[in-house]
Amino acid sequence: MGLFLARTVVYTFSSPLKFSIVLKQIRFIGSESMLVIFLTGAFAGMVLSLQGFYSLNRFGSAALLGPMVALSLIRELGPVFAALMVTARAGSAMAAEIGIMRITEQIDAIELMGLNPFRYLIIPKLLAGIVALPLLTAIFDVVGIFGGYLVGGNLLGVSKGTYFGEMANHVDMEEILSGIYKSLSFGVLITWVCCYKGYHAGFGAEGVSKATTQAVVLSSVLILVWDYFMTSLLY
Amino acid sequence: MIKVEDLHKSFNGHEVLRGVSFQIAKGEVLALIGMSGYGKSVLLKHMPRLIKPDRGRVLIDNKDMGSLKQKELEWMRSRFGFVFQNGALFDSMTVFENVAFPLQEKTSWSDQEIKGKVLSILDQVGLNGMENKYPAQISGGMIKRVALARALVRNPEIMLFDEPTTGLDPIIGHTILDLIKSCHKRFGFMGIVVTHEIPKIFEVVQKVAMLHEGRILAIGTPEEILSSNDPIIRQFITGSIEGPIKYH
Repeated sequence: MGLFLARTVVYTFSSPLKFSIVLKQIRFIGSESMLVIFLTGAFAGMVLSLQGFYSLNRFGSAALLGPMVALSLIRELGPVFAALMVTARAGSAMAAEIGIMRITEQIDAIELMGLNPFRYLIIPKLLAGIVALPLLTAIFDVVGIFGGYLVGGNLLGVSKGTYFGEMANHVDMEEILSGIYKSLSFGVLITWVCCYKGYHAGFGAEGVSKATTQAVVLSSVLILVWDYFMTSLLY
Repeated sequence: MIKVEDLHKSFNGHEVLRGVSFQIAKGEVLALIGMSGYGKSVLLKHMPRLIKPDRGRVLIDNKDMGSLKQKELEWMRSRFGFVFQNGALFDSMTVFENVAFPLQEKTSWSDQEIKGKVLSILDQVGLNGMENKYPAQISGGMIKRVALARALVRNPEIMLFDEPTTGLDPIIGHTILDLIKSCHKRFGFMGIVVTHEIPKIFEVVQKVAMLHEGRILAIGTPEEILSSNDPIIRQFITGSIEGPIKYH
C-alpha cells in the first residue's frame, strides 16, 4: 500500500495533470456529497447542542454552548464525520469503479495504449480528495454550528449574541487550521485506501464486493486511528 | 519479430506455462489454439508484459520486455493493439470516445483529424452511425468490432486477439475473422490470435501453434497442422470426444 501511495505521488509530479478529470472528480467527491454532509452536519450540531446544553447547564455554564458546539465540530466531529460520510458515499464508489475496471480489463487496456492508468484513475481522485474534503468539512462545521443554534437558540433559550459572541471569543484561527489539516490528510487517506483496494480487486463480482467492503472498513478505521495521532500532534 | 524463449508461469503453485518457446516473423499472424484453461490468454498477456513470467523472456525486435523501464515499456506497449475477450471498452465513454481515446492521448492530432480517422475506422468495421452509443447499448458482436477498431486506430505493428469470436454466433464470428484477415492485409501487422474457431482460423493466419499442458506441442503452417498425425492435434481439430485428451 505504501508503494502504491509513493507511485501516486511520484506520478503526480512527473506526468501532466488531466484537469478535466480532476474537476469531474471534485464534482463527484465534493458537490455530489453536499446533501449528505448538509444533513449529517445539521443533525450532528443539533444533537451536540442538545446534549451540551444539559451538561453545561448543570454547572451553570450554558452560555458556553456556542464555543462547545463550535470547538467540538471544528476540531473533531467535522473532519471525522465528513471523512466518514465521504468514505461511505464516494470512497465505496471509487473502489467499486476501479475494481470493475480491473476485472473487465479496462485498466489493462489503458496500459496497452502505452498510457499510465494512475494518471487517469488514481491521481485525479487523490487531488479531488485533497480539494474536496476541507471544503466539505467547512460546510459540515458551518451547518453544524447553525444546527446547534437552531436547538440551543430557538428551543433551549440561549441568545444569539451569547451563542455566537462566546464562540468568537473562544475559537481562534489555530483551531480552524487544525481541522483543515485533518481533513486534508483524510482526503489523502480515503482516496489512497479506496483506490488501492479497487486497483487490486480480486476476480469477479465477489472480488469487487470484497474490495469495496475492505476499502470502506479500512478507511473508516484508519480515519479514527489517524485522527488520534493528528490530535496528539496538533494540540 | 516476436520471440518467446522458455516461458514459465505458475499461479498458486499451479504451473500454467512450462517452457513455451516460439517466434513470429514480421507480417505474420499466428493462431494459438489449445484446450480451454491451458494458459493461452496467460501466454498472450506476457507479450506486452501485462503478466511477468517466472522464468524465460519475451523479445520484441530483440528487446527483452522484462528489462524495459516504465517509459520504454509505455512506448513499447503503444506499438501493440489488443482485442480483449470481452472488449474491455471504457463503459463510461461512447463508441466514438472509446476509439478516439488512444489518438487523443498519444498523438497531437487536431479534433478534426481524430474525428475523420475514427469515423473512417468505424466505417471499416461496419459500425457506421453507432458512434454515439455506449457499450451497454450495443450487441456483443458490435463490442468486439469497436474493440477491434480501437486496437487498430493507431495502426499498431503488433496485434493480439484474445478469443475475438467467443460468445458470438457463427456468422458474426466469421465476419470478425474475415475482418481480421482484411485488416491484416491492409495494415500488415504481425500478431497472435487466441481462438477455438477451427477450421475457419486456418484461412486467416499464416502459422498455427498448439499449446498443450503448458508447452507448444506443434507449430507450423495451417496445412502442416491440418495434416499432422499427432493424436492430440487430430483429436483437438476434429473435436472428437475419443482420444488422448481427457477432460477432468
